[in-house]
Amino acid sequence: MSTISTRLRGRHDRNLWFLIFVGPFVLGLVVFVYVPILWSIWLSFFDAYNTVTPTNFVGLSNYLDMLRDSSFRSSLLTFVVFALFIVPTTFVASLGLALLVNRARFAKTFFRSVFFLPTACSYVVASLIWKLSIFSGVRFGLMNTVLGWFGIEPVAWLSVTQPPWYWLVIVTARMWLQAGFYMILFLAGLQRIAPSLYEAAAIDGATGWKVLRFISLPQLRATSTAVLLLLLINAFQAFDEFYNLLSSSGQYPPYARPPLVYLYYAALGQGQDFGHGSAGAVILTLLIALVALGQGRFLGLGRKED
Amino acid sequence: MSGAGNGFNRRRFLAVGGGLAALAVTGCGSNTGRAPEGGSGSSGGRPALSQWYHQYGEPGTQQAVEKYAKEYADATVTVQWSPGDYDKKTASALLTDGGPDVFEYGNGPSIDMIKGGQVVDLTELLGDTKSDFTPSLIARNTYQGKLYAIPQVTDMQLLVYRKSLLSAAGVQPPTTVDELIAAAKKLTTDKVKGLFVGNDGGVGILGGPALWSAGVDYLKEDNTFGFDDPAAVESLRKLRELFTSKALLLGAPTDWSDPSAFTQGLTAMQFTGLWTFPQIQKAFGDDFGVLPWPKLDSSTGAPSVTVGAYGSAVSAKSKNVDAAKKFVKWLWVDQTDKQLDWAQSYGFHIPARKSLAEKAEKLKSGPAADAVRFVNENGHAQTPLLWTPKSGTAYSDALNRIIKSGSDPATEIKAVKAVVEAELKRVAG
Repeated sequence: MSTISTRLRGRHDRNLWFLIFVGPFVLGLVVFVYVPILWSIWLSFFDAYNTVTPTNFVGLSNYLDMLRDSSFRSSLLTFVVFALFIVPTTFVASLGLALLVNRARFAKTFFRSVFFLPTACSYVVASLIWKLSIFSGVRFGLMNTVLGWFGIEPVAWLSVTQPPWYWLVIVTARMWLQAGFYMILFLAGLQRIAPSLYEAAAIDGATGWKVLRFISLPQLRATSTAVLLLLLINAFQAFDEFYNLLSSSGQYPPYARPPLVYLYYAALGQGQDFGHGSAGAVILTLLIALVALGQGRFLGLGRKED
Repeated sequence: MSGAGNGFNRRRFLAVGGGLAALAVTGCGSNTGRAPEGGSGSSGGRPALSQWYHQYGEPGTQQAVEKYAKEYADATVTVQWSPGDYDKKTASALLTDGGPDVFEYGNGPSIDMIKGGQVVDLTELLGDTKSDFTPSLIARNTYQGKLYAIPQVTDMQLLVYRKSLLSAAGVQPPTTVDELIAAAKKLTTDKVKGLFVGNDGGVGILGGPALWSAGVDYLKEDNTFGFDDPAAVESLRKLRELFTSKALLLGAPTDWSDPSAFTQGLTAMQFTGLWTFPQIQKAFGDDFGVLPWPKLDSSTGAPSVTVGAYGSAVSAKSKNVDAAKKFVKWLWVDQTDKQLDWAQSYGFHIPARKSLAEKAEKLKSGPAADAVRFVNENGHAQTPLLWTPKSGTAYSDALNRIIKSGSDPATEIKAVKAVVEAELKRVAG
């Protein structure tokens, strides 16, 4: 008996400590992630209005409805537009910041902190600051005050679609919030590059842009791939800033409704349509997985570095 | 940190919505506001009930409902006051055993709540008093002859205008939509806009008034689609004209339900609710007047005001359905003094019962008296019972495209019609 118990506890009680530390997290993961995902998949095959224990099996009809639903399809289009805006801009901004901070000769830590701090800010808070203060549509909003100095009329940033200024508000909010995080990733990548490479390049007479083009960027390939993938997945999961910037009195405009916001309104709003909502969530998860796999294959994520 | 890393899992959570919502609510089961109970739903021999309210803006409202609950002798009633997104929270909670026994819901329970058996029939509670309640509110909460919520109070939406600004600009209170657009333009200066109908240009609140203004409605009497009509096309086109007139206030710090844009002088007219009157009176005294949303033109439609009500309903999952029904009857049918107090001691509301509305002192003079007259002459229930959230989204999407992007109203109405007819087919019967 004691041998079994000793064996289970492992050398120096290692197994026991492993369970104590990891157990609660695994339990949380199972209860709050895996069970809901499986439950959701099950719900997606049922008619489930205002119930999560449905009885009316409908097969794949929820999936077909969602694929036929023009609002769901246009939400995917919104995501594509958003990704086209946010992925390259954040990539360039965070890489630029990392290069600048890496080369800073003084107050290095200060600059790193300054650029990283917005990451700690909540999306909801940032959205409210953007909506109520910087991009408020009245003449005393920050941007409109600046425009006023040049004699330009106030712009209703979030209320008009022609021109679609709302994209500027959404993209800048997210860029401000996440550029610092990716900057740190790039910074870690930059610091892993052996100084001897730069020294060799210097001896060969390479300077400035050439060093970046032929030394830094190729060496950052693995980091860049990971950053691109993370950026794309995060863009797919956009919710907070869209919801907080654009929802008003229970309504939400169709022109900037990414998939999660659409599913939120379908399943968790007053609609309480869990069948269609779950089917949409499954379709979305498959799409994210597909894109991630495709991108990984294309960019060589996880492949051994040459 | 919501951007990378941690946010990842949290958002995936949201995506798989259904199960999670239920789990989350079950997980928070102890926080139902219900009194501790010995498993049988009773405490000290009396049944224990939990009653849910959304967070009202007017000071004193929470203390008032807690006082009413305390005065009830036949059960221990615990009030849960819910800030935030009350509708979604309640809809999710009703799926579980951790939900309320008695709860209020905007315009009463939805058709899916009724058809899903989540709320119980309250028809018998009214008795002789049925004819005393505002008929449109009773109709809104009735499905197949059964009543599912008792209206707690009548609320309304209407136009308010600053008298002095209109007379300074030589503008008469408008009686048609064209006059309204002309007035808004004339009242617009470099500091003040003419009209505020919400930061979304009226998408959220003018859907109904635009239809009534053209003499049509969401649904016809026989519950078929109501506005495949040239007058509706014209009326929605006018909303676009208003949006492009440069006379609308857009991007204000607070939205239409708050009077700040009006009281801070950002706009000369605003479409808002009766509940804002105390703040407007405090700011302007008698210098304001009220109007219904005007009719389309001299020959078409009628002026209108939007009428809504929080209705008190009983959850079918309550362990004490009978006790909950008795409490609802006591508070919202029998206790007329409390209903009067609730309607007029904290903000401006119209009691849901006609006999009490006549007694409400605050509603006997000035703009409030005009507002009460509009409810009786031009009132329309906010949306019909069979107008499902999906129909609502389709219409609001169409309004967005018409008002903000200039889409053709006739094409958009046809698209809405297709969605609404499918929804009517789903919920019929």
